Amino acid sequence: MKKAPKIALIGNPNAGKSSLFNSLTGLRQKTGNFPGVTMDKLIGKWHIESDTDAEILDLPGIYSIYPKSVDEQVVINILANPQHPDYPDMAIVVVDASNLKRNLLLFSQVRDLGIPTILALNMIDVAENAGIVINSVKLSRELNVQVAEVNAKKGIGLNGLRLAVNKTLETKYGSNDSLPVDYDTDLVEEIKEKYGDTDDYHALLWLAEHDNLKQFDEKQRAGFDQLQEKYHWDTQKFQAKETMARYEVLNEIVDSCLHQSPVEEDPVITWSERLDKVFLHRFWGYFIFLGILFVMFQAIFTWATYPQDLIDSGIASLNDFLKTQLPKSQLTGLLTDGLIAGIGGVLIFIPQIAFLFLFISLLEETGYMSRVMFIMDKLMRRFGLNGKSVVPLISGVACAVPAIMSTRSIGSWKDRLITIMVTPLMSCSARLPIYTILIALVVPETSKLFGFFNLQGVALFGLYLLGFFMALFSAWVMKLILKTKERSYFIMELPTFKAPRFNHIMLSIWNSVKAFVHEAGKIIVAISVVLWVLASYGPGDAMQQAEIKVKTENPTLTGKDLENKIAAQKLENSYAGIFGKTLEPVIKPLGYDWKIGIALITSFAAREVFVGTMSTIYSLGADVEDQDATIKNRMRAEINPTTGKPLYDTALGFSLLIFYAFAMQCMSTLATTYRETKSWKYPTIQFVYMTALAYISAFIVYQVLK
Amino acid sequence: MKTIASLKIGERGVIVGFTDEVLSLKLLEMGCLPGTQVTLTHIAPFGDPIAIKVTGYTLSLRIEEAQTIQIV
Repeated sequence: MKKAPKIALIGNPNAGKSSLFNSLTGLRQKTGNFPGVTMDKLIGKWHIESDTDAEILDLPGIYSIYPKSVDEQVVINILANPQHPDYPDMAIVVVDASNLKRNLLLFSQVRDLGIPTILALNMIDVAENAGIVINSVKLSRELNVQVAEVNAKKGIGLNGLRLAVNKTLETKYGSNDSLPVDYDTDLVEEIKEKYGDTDDYHALLWLAEHDNLKQFDEKQRAGFDQLQEKYHWDTQKFQAKETMARYEVLNEIVDSCLHQSPVEEDPVITWSERLDKVFLHRFWGYFIFLGILFVMFQAIFTWATYPQDLIDSGIASLNDFLKTQLPKSQLTGLLTDGLIAGIGGVLIFIPQIAFLFLFISLLEETGYMSRVMFIMDKLMRRFGLNGKSVVPLISGVACAVPAIMSTRSIGSWKDRLITIMVTPLMSCSARLPIYTILIALVVPETSKLFGFFNLQGVALFGLYLLGFFMALFSAWVMKLILKTKERSYFIMELPTFKAPRFNHIMLSIWNSVKAFVHEAGKIIVAISVVLWVLASYGPGDAMQQAEIKVKTENPTLTGKDLENKIAAQKLENSYAGIFGKTLEPVIKPLGYDWKIGIALITSFAAREVFVGTMSTIYSLGADVEDQDATIKNRMRAEINPTTGKPLYDTALGFSLLIFYAFAMQCMSTLATTYRETKSWKYPTIQFVYMTALAYISAFIVYQVLK
Repeated sequence: MKTIASLKIGERGVIVGFTDEVLSLKLLEMGCLPGTQVTLTHIAPFGDPIAIKVTGYTLSLRIEEAQTIQIV
C-alpha cells in the first residue's frame, strides 16, 4: 500500500464542499480537533486507486486565503505552513459553477501557494438554470489544472474526479512564482533569508498575516513588523491590489470559457426569492422565527426528557448493581458515586444536545439561519451584539459549551467577545432540574394566571426570559465599556434555500454529541471525582466521629434510616461541609444556611449536581423511588430555626432561583471561554461579574420578599 | 456620489468604487467588483441591514457598509 496522500477540500461556504466530502468518504470519516484549537476537523478516507486510500480533510469554507474570522484562520494556519501536520499534498477546490468568478479567486490563490490543485466544478445544474454554460475543457487548459465536473450532492462525477486526482499526483507541480501582482523582490528575498526558503507567495502571505499564524513566535512576529516598516508595506493595499489583479486575469479566462445566455429584463422569480418574501417579512419573519423557537424548546424540554429518564435510571441501576456486587470500600464509592455518577452527569445531556443540533443543523442546512441573522442584526446591534450572535444565544439554552464554540463565525472580535461573555446567562439545560424543584416548592401548583396559564409554567418561562434579558443588558453594558478600533461588519452571503440532507444532519448531530462528550465530559467527570473526595473525607478522624455520634445519639435506629443519618452527619463533617459552614456568613443575607452552602459549592463546578447534593444533605438514599418528589417533601418540611416557619418560603425560593439563573457555576463553560479567548482574563471576568450579578440580585430578591 | 444604500428595492446600479479601504477587500472577495451590476433585493424589517443581488447570489450588508460602495 502506498503512502496515503493528504487531500484538502477547499472552497467558498455553500459551494458544496461538505456534500462532496460526504459523497467521497461516506461513513468512513472521523472528527478530531485542529491542533491547538477545538474546532471540528473532519477527516475521511477515499479510495483513489486499487491499493491506495487518500486522506480527505474537510476545511471550513473561506472566500479567500486572507482570514476574517477565527474559523477562517484555521484554514490559513494549515495552508501557510508547509511543515503543518495537516498540510495537504493536494487541494481540491470546490467551486460553485453558478458563481464562477468569485469562486475562482480562492482557487487562484491556493494554486499560487504551490499546492497541486484540482478544480471540482459543482452545481452545474444550478448554473444551467441561470443560463450559464461552462466549457470545462477550455477552462482546464486556461487554468492549467485538471477540472472535474461533479454533482457533489448526488455523488455524480466522482470517477472523473478520481482520474483528475491520480493524474495530478503523477505530474510534479512546481510552485508558481509568477504572481499576477507586482511586489518588492528584495523584500521577498529578505523574508526567505530570515524565515526559510519558500515560494514568493508563501513569503508574502507570512508577511501579511504573521500575527494570525501560529507557526511564528513573538520574536519572529516582531521581525515581520520590522520588515513591514523597512519596506513601507501596507497589507490592506497589497491584498486589495492583488485581489483586483487576480480578478483581471480571471475575467478574461471566465469570459472565454463561459457562455451566459441573455437574461430577460424581468428575471424569473425563484422559489428562494418567494420564500424570502415571507421569511424576511417585517411581521411574518419574526412570527415564523418565534414559532420555530417554540417547537425547538418543546423538543429540548419535553421530548428529550424520555430518553433522559432512561439514561438516568440506567445509570442509577448500574450503580445499585455495582454497589451490591462489589465489596463495600472506598474504591467502590469512588467508582460508583464518583466516576459513574460523573459519567451519568455527562450522558444525561446527550438527548438535549442531539435535539439542539438537529434543529441548528436543520436551520443551517436549509439556509434559514442566515435569514434569522439578517432580521435580527439591527436589534442585536443595539446591545453590542451581532446578527450572528443569535445562534450562540439560542444554543445556550441547551448548553453554553457548544454555544460559545459557535461564536467562531463572528468576524468582529468585540462582538464575538461580548457574545461569549453573555451566552452563559441564557438558562442552560443544567439549570432546568433546579428550576423545576424550586418552582414546585414555592409556586402553588393549582393557581392559574388569568384562570388559564399554569403559574408554575409561567414562572419557568419567566426565568428563561430573565436570563435572556440579563444577557442583553450585560452585553449592552460591555458594549459601553469595551473600546475597540476594530469595526464590526455584517457582509455575509444569504445562500439559496436548499432541502436538508438527512445524512448531513445525522452526521452533524453525531459529531457534535461526540465532541461534547469528549470535551465537556472530561471536565465534568474530573470535577465529579474531586467533589466526591471532598464530600467523602474530612479532616482527621471527623468522619469516624460522625458515625459514632449518630450511633450513640440514635441507638434505636437501624438499617436504611441509620445509614442515611450517618451519611448526612458525615457530609456535615466532610471538607465540603466545612466549606459550607465557612460560607454561611456570606450567604446568610441571601437567606441560605450551610446546607445550601454545600450545594452551592458542589454545584460551582456543574449546576446539575445541586439536586444530587440536596438529596444527600437531606439524608436520602440514592435508591428512593421518585427521588424528585421525595426531595421536594423533605425540603418543604425543613424548618427555619429562627422563625419556626418553613425554611423554603417564597423569599428563599426565589432568591435561590435568581441565584442559579445568573451565577457562573460551570467549569466547562469557563474552560471553553478560556480556550476561545486564549486568556485567563475573560473567564475570570465572566466568573466575577456573573457571580456578583447572582449575589446582588438574590440579595435584593430575598430582602424584598422577606 | 450615489451609493448602494440609496437604492430602492428592485433598483439596479453598477459598482464604480469604494470609499473604505478595509471593507473594500472583503467586498472584492465577495464578488463586488467595479463594473459589476447589483440589484437591491431586500431591506430588513428595521431598515437595516439590506440584501443585494450581485454576480448571481444574494449578499447581505449593513447600511453603513453599503454606503461605502459607490454606484452609477
